[in-house]
Amino acid sequence: MEKKVLFKYIDFPEQANINIYLSHGGYQAWEKTLKNMSPAAVIDEIKKSGLRGRGGAGFPTGLKWSFVPKDNSKPRYLIGNADESEPGTCKDRVLMEHDPHAIVEGMAIAAFAIGSHQAFCYVRGEFVRPAHLMEKAIEEAYAKGFLGNDILGTGYNLNMTVHTGGGAYICGEETALLNSLEGKRGMSRLRPPFPAIEGLYLCPTVVNNVETLAAVPLIINNGAEWYASMGTDKSKGTKIFSLSGHIKRPGNYELELGTPLSYLINDLGGGVPDGHNMKAIIPGGSSTPFGSMLGSGAVIVINDQTCMVWVIERLIHFYRHESCGECTPCREGTAWLEQLIERLEKGKGRPGDLEKIDSICDNILGRTICPLGDAAVMPIQSALKLFREEFQYHIDNKRCLVKSEFVFK
Amino acid sequence: MILNDISIAKIRQKMICYTVRKSAILPALTVACRQVGHLNNEIYREISVILEIPYLEVAEAASFYTMFPKKPVGRHLIQVCHNISCALLGADSLISYLEEKLGIKKGETSPDNLFTLISVECLGSCTSAPMIQIDDKYYELLTREKIDRILDDLKESSLNGKESSF
Repeated sequence: MEKKVLFKYIDFPEQANINIYLSHGGYQAWEKTLKNMSPAAVIDEIKKSGLRGRGGAGFPTGLKWSFVPKDNSKPRYLIGNADESEPGTCKDRVLMEHDPHAIVEGMAIAAFAIGSHQAFCYVRGEFVRPAHLMEKAIEEAYAKGFLGNDILGTGYNLNMTVHTGGGAYICGEETALLNSLEGKRGMSRLRPPFPAIEGLYLCPTVVNNVETLAAVPLIINNGAEWYASMGTDKSKGTKIFSLSGHIKRPGNYELELGTPLSYLINDLGGGVPDGHNMKAIIPGGSSTPFGSMLGSGAVIVINDQTCMVWVIERLIHFYRHESCGECTPCREGTAWLEQLIERLEKGKGRPGDLEKIDSICDNILGRTICPLGDAAVMPIQSALKLFREEFQYHIDNKRCLVKSEFVFK
Repeated sequence: MILNDISIAKIRQKMICYTVRKSAILPALTVACRQVGHLNNEIYREISVILEIPYLEVAEAASFYTMFPKKPVGRHLIQVCHNISCALLGADSLISYLEEKLGIKKGETSPDNLFTLISVECLGSCTSAPMIQIDDKYYELLTREKIDRILDDLKESSLNGKESSF
């Protein structure tokens, strides 16, 4: 069953309007936080809820907040990460377009928890409309006194700004995002120091995905036990899954964690259309191995009319394009992989190519500052393991085993 | 000057959101690109003057972000998502169809300077594939019929001098 918690009002007209949001209990959690809770109590509540990062890495949110030093006199920053660019993922955009105040409220509570008076929402540059709706929501929140100075008479100040990006996938990685927000090229930083200690402008900073932040007001309102009662022992709560590819009913579905993938694909998605069978699933955004991990919650379904070398060619083209160029293994490695795989797909592969691909993958994995290198390699290694004979077929027969010829209607 | 008063005012407005002026580079590039359609060295210079930071810092950042065209494009920039979710639903054939309709190849601008056609990486609209972005607006769940209508509307509105908005 779908579990609409974040999506409770997703289809409600005008939910993006602050008056409608207020009529649905909006900003009550923010008021409760400001008037009745200490930052430590907020962090404790989020820790108890078991909420983990929804951007892909799955780091425990309360723990991340607790890393911000309490005895540091520098300003602190809270950043909502809406640089949604992981192929297959389009959940943050839906939240921003349909329930932007949930994100604003979540950001406000998170900012309070870490003692921040300036929050930024980093929205990918192509998302013009979502960014506009976030800006509008923030303006409305200022007008109602939920942001700005002396919020609700409590003496707490918080400013919030939307910052739009420039179309770089890498800026979804938190340290690259920080550089980008500082007006620099979006390249990752070595850790330590972690952003919680030295983030934006070398000040303590927390970066959270906006889906994570949207869950925060719900946890404050309903309690950590309520949130933790959903999901599994290890992964609590709900998650939005973006279902795309060869599927009858593509869309964003919110499910309790632990719901079987087959339920999402067959019961909600209606299975593979046009009488074809399923060949593969990319389960957590394109950076995850086939059939493996949660990641960003993007599920891409691939039917049996699809050449897996063609799929991998598409993906490696993406990672080569998005590699920021900072680390040699990723910059050079993704370019080599792209050339080799493109050659293979064109039927010009040579004996030894697969071993060469294996070797390049091994030399990227774990040898880069940020996870983009690993992300490029994981689907390739997984495809080479599961569909190796299809790759070999390209070398032996100079053509695809099945030709991907998809025509839009 | 390339940047007009409205753009300059917008950039100054963005500037005050940041304690460090350099942070306003991306917002400034976005404002400039919206006005001009692309970016160039002269624009970087103008932004560096407004933000009071070195020219090189603006140029360096701009060169990294592929969303901003670095040479002139047609009045409408058509960006087709060719990443995996869209590709599985026929993005390649969509590109061919657009090439045929516009009489240009991917990467080119139509002779009337109305359209530039490029393909790009995932635009975050995977559940509504195949899709394209034209200027600031997303067009999703595309069919041949929809494409025909979108292009006709854009041609007509440009004849009437009306600007499209999201």
